[in-house]
Formats: sequence, structure tokens, C-alpha cells
Amino acid sequence: MVKAKHDVDSLAKCPTGIKGLDEITKGGLPRGRPTLICGGAGSGKTLFAMEFLMRGAMDYGEPGVFMTFEETPADLAKNFISLGFDIQDMMSRGLIAMDHVKIDRNEIEETGEYDLEGLFIRLGSAIDSIGAKRVVLDTIEALFAGLSNAGIIRAELRRLFHWLKDRGMTAIVTGERGDKLLTRYGLEEYVADCVIFLDFRIDEQISTRRLRIVKYRGSSHGSDEYPFLIDESGLSILPITSLGLDYPVSSERISTGIPKLDTMLGEKGFYRGSTILVSGTAGTGKTSLAATFAEAACRRGERCLYFAFEESPNQIIRNMGSIGIDLARWVKKGLLRFHSARPSLYGLEMHLLTFHKVIKEFNPQVFIVDPISNLSAAGTQAEIKSILTRLLDYLKMKNISAFLTDLTHFTGSLEHTSEEVSSLIDTWLLLRDIELNGERNRGLYILKSRGMAHSNQIQEFLLSNEGIGLIDIYTGSGEVLTGSARAAQDAGEKASELASRREADRRLREQERKRNALETKIAALRAEFDAETQEVHLMAEEEQKRQAVQVEDRLEMAHLRKGKPSVPPAKHSKKKRERRVK
Amino acid sequence: MKAASSGKGKKAKTDATEEIWNLRLYVAGQTPKSITAFANLKKICEEHLAGKYRIEVIDLLKNPQLAKGDQIVAIPTLVRKLPEPLKKIIGDLANTERVMVGLDIRSVS
Repeated sequence: MVKAKHDVDSLAKCPTGIKGLDEITKGGLPRGRPTLICGGAGSGKTLFAMEFLMRGAMDYGEPGVFMTFEETPADLAKNFISLGFDIQDMMSRGLIAMDHVKIDRNEIEETGEYDLEGLFIRLGSAIDSIGAKRVVLDTIEALFAGLSNAGIIRAELRRLFHWLKDRGMTAIVTGERGDKLLTRYGLEEYVADCVIFLDFRIDEQISTRRLRIVKYRGSSHGSDEYPFLIDESGLSILPITSLGLDYPVSSERISTGIPKLDTMLGEKGFYRGSTILVSGTAGTGKTSLAATFAEAACRRGERCLYFAFEESPNQIIRNMGSIGIDLARWVKKGLLRFHSARPSLYGLEMHLLTFHKVIKEFNPQVFIVDPISNLSAAGTQAEIKSILTRLLDYLKMKNISAFLTDLTHFTGSLEHTSEEVSSLIDTWLLLRDIELNGERNRGLYILKSRGMAHSNQIQEFLLSNEGIGLIDIYTGSGEVLTGSARAAQDAGEKASELASRREADRRLREQERKRNALETKIAALRAEFDAETQEVHLMAEEEQKRQAVQVEDRLEMAHLRKGKPSVPPAKHSKKKRERRVK
Repeated sequence: MKAASSGKGKKAKTDATEEIWNLRLYVAGQTPKSITAFANLKKICEEHLAGKYRIEVIDLLKNPQLAKGDQIVAIPTLVRKLPEPLKKIIGDLANTERVMVGLDIRSVS
């Protein structure tokens, strides 16, 4: 490994400026080395190469040479103006040099030995003319088609890549995809440092472009297949790993649009920039919740972007009008923007890109997707999860509150999203049907809400022409009742309450009566007692009188007997007294 | 290849009916291949186009910008500017037969 020594300083990387690529390559392409971009026809090789040059010239101050072997500079200029790259302008400013190498086999005769020094000289002079740091050869394989001596071409290509390295050029060489090899002519044999493969695939009528880093010598790199997109702003790769989890968070709270729901969410509502999921079966009021939230945002003067995958904007506006939410007014004011599309209209990646683009354009504070479950029509579950993760990360980074609805199906648990995104969700509201006594009512509860105290109560969710109302549902006597059953229960309870109040009154009155009776009794007893007392007093008086009389009698007797007033007379007197009493 | 620059073989004996063969030989410095090519070309011209040819040797090391105009990739490249149409022969011109086919000389002579 003599080359390894070179690798030490070749770890320097050259940022491409292509969205996402620098993240998955951890910095860009190997600086001062050639990179091979291979792929089938129409896979975006030329665009990749051109964007690398243009971004280098515009954003990194590195002029570049584009050597085209196929398309003419005029064609290229025309093609890339639609992507916002004004090649003519860049050329006149000395940032880009172009050379069209045309090899027409018909007008060339080969006799004997030759080399490709002419190509070197042209490339060298183009590089020198603008002080280029970047080179694109698109696609050098044309040499094989134009010249017949493959042996010479191979030797010269080897020399060319060494020469480019010696000159310190960060180069992109494109190559057509081959049957057995990565490229038709085995260019990977010469460009050994970095090979990127572009793929254009159609699965179930939906096309997806993918990119894979086949090889990157001396550097770690993402090894997955990364979907990428081509649109008016060039190429963008949106790797799931490219976004970190280090975004700033807001502790600001925003209203849900339903005061009662705000109360349930720690009195204040959602966190700004958080991800909210509302899941529920069909007809549970997901869209109504979304519209209420949208309206609340618009009332605060915020911009709200509403992606509708099921209904047209007009239909949503009409339907929400029926529950007293006037969305048309906010659309007119420019605070609310609808974006309606059938999910199957294009691939998931394109959806993600559309999200990104519209978000960039409209710069909303609130972003609603209604519903995300419909995206499953456009991709597999794993893809959807990857797309949503990237989308939500992006929204988090921008501090945009995301409000997603998810249609759950009757099969399986409700606490299950069809897209397996529950871990990405900060606040999860669940809407469910409560069927009881032959009627269907809606219930709402908070399944989770990160970072806030939240209610654990199921609320009955009512839709009326005044909007959404939440009512505490009946939870007494060990059962849960909603709707008319709740009302009936309430009424029944009121009746029994009244009855028991009456009973209490009656008891009170009875007690009063008892007290009265008792008091009367007491009075009677007291009167009796008094009467007795009186009698006793009378008797005592009489006794006193009698004794007084006795004393008188004794004195009288003593007086009569004269001198014997002791015991015998007392005995006698007693008998006498008894007789007297009788 | 001093001979090349000085020896722009001008045997300008122009016939009214026949055009001058305007040939351009692109080289990059005095490499053995270039010298061989020039020698071979000179020989063929002298044999078949005596008096009605003109050879211009362009050293791309000195005038690299000229490579673009004639779409030069390989060195050496011989370009028949006149008579039209433009023809190119790459290589050291060792195979006289093929050079003559390439330049379409036989039909003229």
C-alpha cells in the first residue's frame, strides 16, 4: 500500500454543496482526487456533476472545468438554466470553463501509434484559463466509442487520472452503467478512491432515484441507498441520518384552539415546534381537530400550511364551515395555505420534497398533514417511516409545529399507528368511538404528551355548529357513560339526589317533631314533679303543726300531772298522739 | 522538429482546376511519434500530392488553445482542412495505405 501515504492527506474533503450529499459522505468528495459517478441513462449523472461544479464555483470559490463528450455546451446551458444554473453567465465571469470534446468515428482514421495528449492539453489549458480546482469529465467513455484502440485509451485514462491527481484536481468522472461491471468500460478500475452509484428505479409505477456510495477509500460514509430528487433547485439527497437531534427547542406553548383541551394539556396547550399526532378511526373528528388547530394558529397571526391528502381544499372549507370554522377567511388573508394532492400522484421522495419546497416558500409556523396514513399508498412502511422521520426532524429544526392525523383501522390496537411513527411524536391525542346503548359517541384522550402534566381523563368529544366541545364524561359508579346514556345517568342522578334531599328533609322534620314530643313529656313530668313537691311540702307543714300541737299537749299534760312529765307520760302521749292523728 | 516549422512544404504550383491540399498536423512537442508522423506525412505528400499540398504543423504545447477548434484529442492528429470535407487521421501515419484512404488521396491522383 504505497498509496496509503497519499491517503493521509487526501482525507481532506471537497464539499459538493449538493443537499445531503456532504452529510452522507461526511464532508464531500475526496479533495484532489477523481470520483466516479456511474448509473444508467437518465439517472442524473450529468446533473450531479454539473451541480458539483456550479456549487463549487458559486459557494466555495472553486472554479471548475466541465469537459463534455456528449452534449454540446449550448444544450447543457439550455438544460441547466431550468435548474437555476446560468452557465453562460458563469463562463463569462470566469468561474466555469467548458470544453466540448467531439469524437466522430466517421471522420477519424487511425493509423499507428498515438496518445491522448491533445485531451490533456485541452484540459490543462481550460484549467489554467480560470484557475480551476474542480473538473468534470462527462462522460469520458465516449472515447471508447470514438476511438478503436482500447489498449491505448486505457493506458491514457490511467495516465489522465494520475495527471489530475498530480494537479490536485477534485474531479468527477461519469460512466454509463454496465452489465457486469459498474460501468460499461470498467472505469472503476482507474478511479479507485470514490465511486458513487446512481439508480433510477420504478417500483409499482412510482419512480424513485437512489444514490449509493459504493466505495470511498480512506473515509467512512453512509452505506445505505439514499433516495434523491431532482427538481428546479437541483439535486437533493435527504438521508435519514443527515439530520441530527440537536435542534433547539421552544418552551412556548400554543393553544390547540379548544380551551378544554388546552386545560387537559397542562393548562396551556401544545409546545411550539412539537409534533402532534391525532389518530383515530374513520369519522372520529380528526380533520375537525386539525382545522380547529389551524384556525387557532391563524387567529394568532401565524401561517399555517395544510397538506390534505384526502379532500380538496374547498371541501374542507365547506365541511369545516358546518362546525363553525371559517377557514376561507384565513386563506384569503394568506395565513392559511392548502396543498392538496393524491398520495399516489408521485413517489414518497417527491412528497417529501414537495413538503420541503412548500415549507421553504411559505415559511409556516404550523404544518398539518391530513392524514399521514394515506401516504402508505405511495410507499412501503419502512419508507414512510424514513420519510416522516426526516420530515419531522426538518420541522423540528425549523421550530414548526407539526400536526399530523392518522387514520387507524378497526383491526388491531388503537394505540398503534400504521406508520410506526409513535416514537417521533411528542403529543399524541387519540380519538375513539365509544359505542353504548345503541349510539356512537366520540371520546378524546391524551395518550402521551412529552414534557407537560396532562390529563388522563377521557373526554367526550362533541361536534356542533359552534365547533368542538369537550365534556367530562360520566365516570361515577364504576362505569363510563357518554352521550345520551351520560345525559340519562345525569338526569337519573339528579332525580335520586332530589329524592334523597327530600328524605333528609323529612327526617329532619320528624326529628323536630320527636324533640317537640319529648319536650312536652318533660314539661308534664316536671309538672307532676312540682305537684308532688307541693304535696310533700304540705305534709311537712302539717307535721310541723302536729308536732307543735303535741308539744302543746305535752306541756298541757305536764301541767295537768304536775311534776311527772318524764317517760310514762311520753308513752302515753305517743298512743294519744297516734289516736289524734287518726 | 525545426524541419516542421520551416518546412511547410509549399510547392505552390496551383492548378486552376485543382485545389491546394491544406493539411494540418497537430503535435505536442517533439515526441518520437510526432517526428515519425511528420516524416511519414511528408513522404506520402511528396509521392502523391507533389506541388499541391501545404502542411501546417501546430505544436499544442505552444498553442494549446488551438486544440479546441479542430477537436483534437489524440496526438498526433492530421487534419485535412482542404479539400472538404474535413478528415482526420490519428496516429503516427505509419500505414501509408490507410493514410491515403483516410485522406482520400487515391481518387485524386
